[in-house]
Amino acid sequence: MKRRDFLKATAGGATAALCGIGTAEARENKEPLENAIGILYDATLCVGCKACVRACKEINGLPPSIMGEDVQYDAARDVSGDTYNVIKVYKNGTSEAKDREIDGFSFAKKSCMHCVDPACVSACPVTALDKNPQTGIVQYNPDVCIGCRNCMVACPYNIPQYEYNDPRGQIQKCQFCNQAGVERISQGLLPGCAEVCPTGATLFGTRRELLEEAKRRLAAKPGETYTYARGRASDGLHTHDKEAPEYRQHVYGERELGGTQVMHIAGVPLNRLGLPELPERSYASIAEGVQHTLYKGMIAPAIALAGLAFVVKRNTSKADQDDPQSQNSRRPEPNNDRGES
Amino acid sequence: MSEHKPVEGRILTLPFMFLGVLGVIGLYFLGVRFADGLGAVANINSGYPWGVWVVYDVVVGTALATGGYALAFAIYVFNKGQYHPLIRPAILASLFGYALGGFGAFFDMGRYWQFYNILMPSNWNFNSVMLEVGLCVMAYILVLVIEFAPALLERIGATGALRWLNKVLFLIIALGLLLPTMHQSSLGSLLIIMGAKVHPLWQSLQLQPLLALLTALTMGFSIVIFEASFSAIGFRRRPETTLLARLGKVIIGLLAVYLVVRLAELVLRGKLGFAFTGDLPGNMFLLEMALFIFPLWVLLSPARRNSGRLLLFAAVSLLFAGALYRFNAFLIGYNPGPGYSYFPSVPELMVTVGIVAIEIMAYLVFVKKLPVLHSAEHA
Amino acid sequence: MNDERNFEQLEKRLGVSRRDFMKFCTGVAATMGLTTSEAMAMANAVASPKARPPVIWLHGQECTGCTESLLRSEHPTIETLILDLISLDYHETLAAAAGHQVEAAKQASMQANKGKYLLVIEGATPVKDGGIYCKIGGKTMLDHVKEAAEGAAAIVAIGSCASWGGIPSSGINPTEAKGAPAILTDKTVVTIPGCPPNPYNFLSTVLHFVTFGKLPALDHLNRPKFAYGRLIHENCERRPHFDAGRFALEFGDEGHQKGYCLYKLGCKGPETYANCPAIEFGDVGGGAWPVGVGHPCFGCTEQGIGFTKAIHELADVKTHAPPNAFPYVDDRQGTSNSTPGAAALVGGVIGAAVGATAMAARKLGKSEEAGDGDNRG
Repeated sequence: MKRRDFLKATAGGATAALCGIGTAEARENKEPLENAIGILYDATLCVGCKACVRACKEINGLPPSIMGEDVQYDAARDVSGDTYNVIKVYKNGTSEAKDREIDGFSFAKKSCMHCVDPACVSACPVTALDKNPQTGIVQYNPDVCIGCRNCMVACPYNIPQYEYNDPRGQIQKCQFCNQAGVERISQGLLPGCAEVCPTGATLFGTRRELLEEAKRRLAAKPGETYTYARGRASDGLHTHDKEAPEYRQHVYGERELGGTQVMHIAGVPLNRLGLPELPERSYASIAEGVQHTLYKGMIAPAIALAGLAFVVKRNTSKADQDDPQSQNSRRPEPNNDRGES
Repeated sequence: MSEHKPVEGRILTLPFMFLGVLGVIGLYFLGVRFADGLGAVANINSGYPWGVWVVYDVVVGTALATGGYALAFAIYVFNKGQYHPLIRPAILASLFGYALGGFGAFFDMGRYWQFYNILMPSNWNFNSVMLEVGLCVMAYILVLVIEFAPALLERIGATGALRWLNKVLFLIIALGLLLPTMHQSSLGSLLIIMGAKVHPLWQSLQLQPLLALLTALTMGFSIVIFEASFSAIGFRRRPETTLLARLGKVIIGLLAVYLVVRLAELVLRGKLGFAFTGDLPGNMFLLEMALFIFPLWVLLSPARRNSGRLLLFAAVSLLFAGALYRFNAFLIGYNPGPGYSYFPSVPELMVTVGIVAIEIMAYLVFVKKLPVLHSAEHA
Repeated sequence: MNDERNFEQLEKRLGVSRRDFMKFCTGVAATMGLTTSEAMAMANAVASPKARPPVIWLHGQECTGCTESLLRSEHPTIETLILDLISLDYHETLAAAAGHQVEAAKQASMQANKGKYLLVIEGATPVKDGGIYCKIGGKTMLDHVKEAAEGAAAIVAIGSCASWGGIPSSGINPTEAKGAPAILTDKTVVTIPGCPPNPYNFLSTVLHFVTFGKLPALDHLNRPKFAYGRLIHENCERRPHFDAGRFALEFGDEGHQKGYCLYKLGCKGPETYANCPAIEFGDVGGGAWPVGVGHPCFGCTEQGIGFTKAIHELADVKTHAPPNAFPYVDDRQGTSNSTPGAAALVGGVIGAAVGATAMAARKLGKSEEAGDGDNRG
């Protein structure tokens, strides 16, 4: 083969690959499940009592995160192998007013968002993470996990956490208090965080009713009395009345990367609360589109293997006949290349 | 009988023993890792779950080990028989590179004792790029072992097995061409799902597999030049500059396609501006580009190409470029959000250094004891 | 010794033992966070008869709950003490005299003790229509307050009504009732809000004034800091339940019976400044104060909360605001930065690779010059 042919082949191959990949974006974002459950976190309601953090640790049997010898209480700064849920604070300037961007402060919650189209589930090679077909909970099976931590790098919110300080560590993340041995959702109970939240800042419900509730809140006039549910979005009994604050008109998790089942609303821009600005198209759908174009049914690799085998066989067979004794039979015909310098 | 012969010579040279010390240090820290957990040795954390062990040992390490693959392409697909003298050392180096990658992936694995789960079809997630990489790399290590087997069989004089192996070797070689194409491209595809966490200069989404494959091939040819040059010096053999220069010509094409695709992607998606913001990712991108373009300048001129010195510089520049491309995409340009930071710890680095040292030691033992290097060159 | 005689006289005068008296003074001092020597100074000041300041006590729109509460303090005869410690020259509830007689006595005392008497105001002052909605002896409360304030050495507003308006000012406020500070805008009016306030907070303030001749440290609402410096939530005995997320959901439910936090029932402790959890209610003792007996605090001391916010409305949790122990949004658990050693090692590895290349290139160059570089075609 000539150099020109080689270059042509390379360029042609590249073009073919590009075209193939270009037309590969067949998979759309996944749609929310019919009965997907979720949480609506309303930062304007949060009083920062951290009862949700404490309840989460108790229900899930997580140890406190001690900050050195001087701080002998749970002072988790972020999610980790010991913490699924943490209440954090955004503050600016004098931080004198709650839910205000300038010279104000706002609470923020960090926990698994239970994505509609989760990257971690797409990335996991051994299906240790999967999405429950009924509830949509992103659940974890430590018995098949190999600990490659691809879920961690894939997660746009840095939620799955590996226990680095345990020689037999595993991935830890919120599973909506419904993992084997806890199963609160299956028993009809609330997840711990929503159950203990005194203000309904962490509100449990189906994703659909929570999205409706979030939009209702965003539509409320600031200052008018609004009746907030507590615990469960559909619970009309344990409500409390409060003046509606000035919400940012953004339900975080409605559309981000195809949406999430845990959604956030607040009085400050949501990217101030540690929630990254993300496009609507999920990266999982792009990655899977590329992967399935190249490997669907292993057809393309099989054809390539057949072609390669044929070419290799042709290029080595002559030497085989010449020198059947030699191990060097892999050696092809002598160089017939021209135009060398 | 064979054109390949062992180099012979003493094993326990001074550099060898120095490498041994590095290897022992690395193994010690590996022991700590297994006793006390990943966090006891490595600085990887909640924001940077993949540190040097994944990015160097697996991603860069296997790319540096594509010599056997690239050369096999030239020899068996494009029928360039004249490169044949280089194939055995290249395959050996590939074997060690991939073994490092495989071993690196294993000790970096958080639940290594459940490693077998990736081999169980019931667990497979066909959406996962990682599954493809894992299975494919394992299969390729096996293929490399078989490809290298003739050297071992020659040494022990198992001619029967050798003859049988030669009959099916074409299929193994074909696999040896297919598998790296698959996983070297998939190593790039790993970046797609990281989405916005990867800096726009490196997040080319659908183009990730192509760019990864092209750079892996340029690195493959470069490592052949690099190894041949060092073998020539180290074992006091005559350099094979003319032969290597021809490889250099192959690189030109690959590099040109790569640069066109890469820069076109940045321009068309309007991301080129990030290169000139003066921040760390921008500067690293410029450095990376310089390392890619310098070899092009060397290789385009026959005079420069035929200078062993410049050719080596070009090859090393390309190796750095490919490695930096991967480091940039996976670590330097990887930003999980404000507040997170990562820099490898000394023990973490010593593990990688130690494993590489052991790899080089094994390579030296193999070329000295087994028929690897082409006999015509050392008389 | 002079002091000794004073105490003997005091024992006789008050009918209490010296020991009981010292205990009282020490207790009052402790309420304010004063030292033992300051308590002794206080005892001496009380014991010396000439230090008894005259007190004019006005009543406006009020229920007399503050006075009643003060009278029901259970420590050894506090009412006796307070009536003898100070010279209570005018008090509508306690005065033996009545009608014009007592008004005349008030005028006489104010004239005689001009610039020396202590003015205590209980109840709100209506200002609508010239203040005609509250008159004493034919004169509006507004005039009484202004007149008495003229010659007062210090002014204390006792109770929420006198402090910021209290009940008379809540809702539509038909009489435009105001607290004393809103009337006497040019004077320092110490406020002891509460409905009723704890008598010790009042006594301690008065004794501080008597002893040291000046008022205790005050906050921005002129409340003594020793009593109103902290939120109820900060010292609440039910606070651990709050932190643990254990709440009573309804009156009488399991959580309520177990003594869980009352926040979900509308407890205003987290936004109400008062020392109720520390000294409890009145002098009842035995853990008796609203939250102690299972009723949510309704924020009686705080303007805009007590008599304004509904009982079931949730409080703003003022303890939980920055800069309190909250991780910032960007705080992370266990991140790593480069150490000089690691940076040097990375540099060393890259340097070694570059150096080896340079060495090899030099050797290659030499062998090429030697002419044996091009051995194969």
